[in-house]
Amino acid sequence: MTEAAVCPVPHENRVHPLGAPAGFEEAVSNGPVKMIWPNGVQAWVISSYAGVRQVLSDKRFSSMREGGPEMRTEGEPILGLKQPGNMNSMDGEEHLRLRRPLSRAFMVKKMNEMRPRIQQIVDDHLDAMERQGAPADLVSALCLPVPSLVIAELLGVSPEHQELFQSTAREMFGKNGSKEVYDAKAAELGEVLAKVADEKRASGTTDDMIGLMVNETDFDSEELMRLAIGLLAAGHETTSNFFGLFALTLFERPDQLEILQRDPSRADVMVEELLRYTIGRLGGAGLSRRAVEDVEVDGVTIKAGEWVTVTLRANLEEALCPNAGELDLERKAVAHLGFGFGPHQCLGANLARTELQILLRSLFTRFPNVRPAIPVTEMEFREDSITYGAAAIPVVW
Amino acid sequence: MPKSATVRIDQTRCIGSGQCVLAAPDVFDQSDDDGLGVVLVPEPPADLLPGVRDAVDRCPAGVVSLEE
Repeated sequence: MTEAAVCPVPHENRVHPLGAPAGFEEAVSNGPVKMIWPNGVQAWVISSYAGVRQVLSDKRFSSMREGGPEMRTEGEPILGLKQPGNMNSMDGEEHLRLRRPLSRAFMVKKMNEMRPRIQQIVDDHLDAMERQGAPADLVSALCLPVPSLVIAELLGVSPEHQELFQSTAREMFGKNGSKEVYDAKAAELGEVLAKVADEKRASGTTDDMIGLMVNETDFDSEELMRLAIGLLAAGHETTSNFFGLFALTLFERPDQLEILQRDPSRADVMVEELLRYTIGRLGGAGLSRRAVEDVEVDGVTIKAGEWVTVTLRANLEEALCPNAGELDLERKAVAHLGFGFGPHQCLGANLARTELQILLRSLFTRFPNVRPAIPVTEMEFREDSITYGAAAIPVVW
Repeated sequence: MPKSATVRIDQTRCIGSGQCVLAAPDVFDQSDDDGLGVVLVPEPPADLLPGVRDAVDRCPAGVVSLEE
């Protein structure tokens, strides 16, 4: 077969703020294709449902991604470094050693126990929104503070440092920031967390994640610090962005919003469909792996040493469910790839699900007439971050 | 009488994602000790099998198996 032309990865200029970068869908529509990342590294892009699952779960693809494709054009990478405590860049036993003790804190039953507390945090913020009156910015009033407070409680860190958590997360996921600025933020946050870790060590608690890491694992202090910072950052940016994207998606689809409002008790299943659809529709390529031996995926051979990335556009493939390109809140939950797949699947997935379920049900039952104050196409979006979302969502009700 | 189905979890590679619990809460749980998946009903009756098949499909670590 002939080698396909290598094109730059489309990663900006979305035709619609909730859609894929311009040219992306066309570029991946004929199977695997090689693209050049902003940092000059070439990688295959896999977009089929089966192919994405294979890449993310096959041991012949390594997660050690130092030197791999990066959305950042300048400066050193922040996320892909091979360093203690960065479990995203580890394979096999090394990865399991860090991940397993943490997964205990995200058990389904633990998340169910947290529901009343999360509901209370959500209700407090909806109360405040109501008191303040319309218009409100959904991002700063609800999307960001709720996950921020929840992850701080789960870790066992006082919410007084919220601004520091948020700014560190922004630097960590920023496409254009400098590593020096991030390192300075991380060091500042590290000092706060070191003090917290000392307190947990003294009290012997295992009731929160830092206590658990300090008192029940063999993690050293550097691992512990990086894991805690990673958890705080991931807990901030992702859930908040996605709840905003969910709201915007529903504002555009009154027919679907009506399905939610008719039966909010099904919000848990609807969250799965919203994850599938919004993440698939955004498209774009992100997660990367490196072949450690030659592997065939979707009819092409990825050679040992080559980089491969997946696009979660695979969520819109018919192989996953019928009419996959359509949002259908009456659909039953399907095995979507919104949280990734394989051993590195999002550690906080069950927490994110729980938060999104409570947020979705509560916002739209408490404010049944909530709607955007300006058209979505006039809103500002965070193209400068690898965790994409709306910078602000002005709403009235 | 039809041959019964057997469910297993390979705990050596389980990551404790809890996907099996979400898919089939009557068949799976997570251990309080380490968060890993455990099988509550190793030979589930027919009405629970669709959930188990869903768990096999959803498990990110590919460690849930169903022998029918």
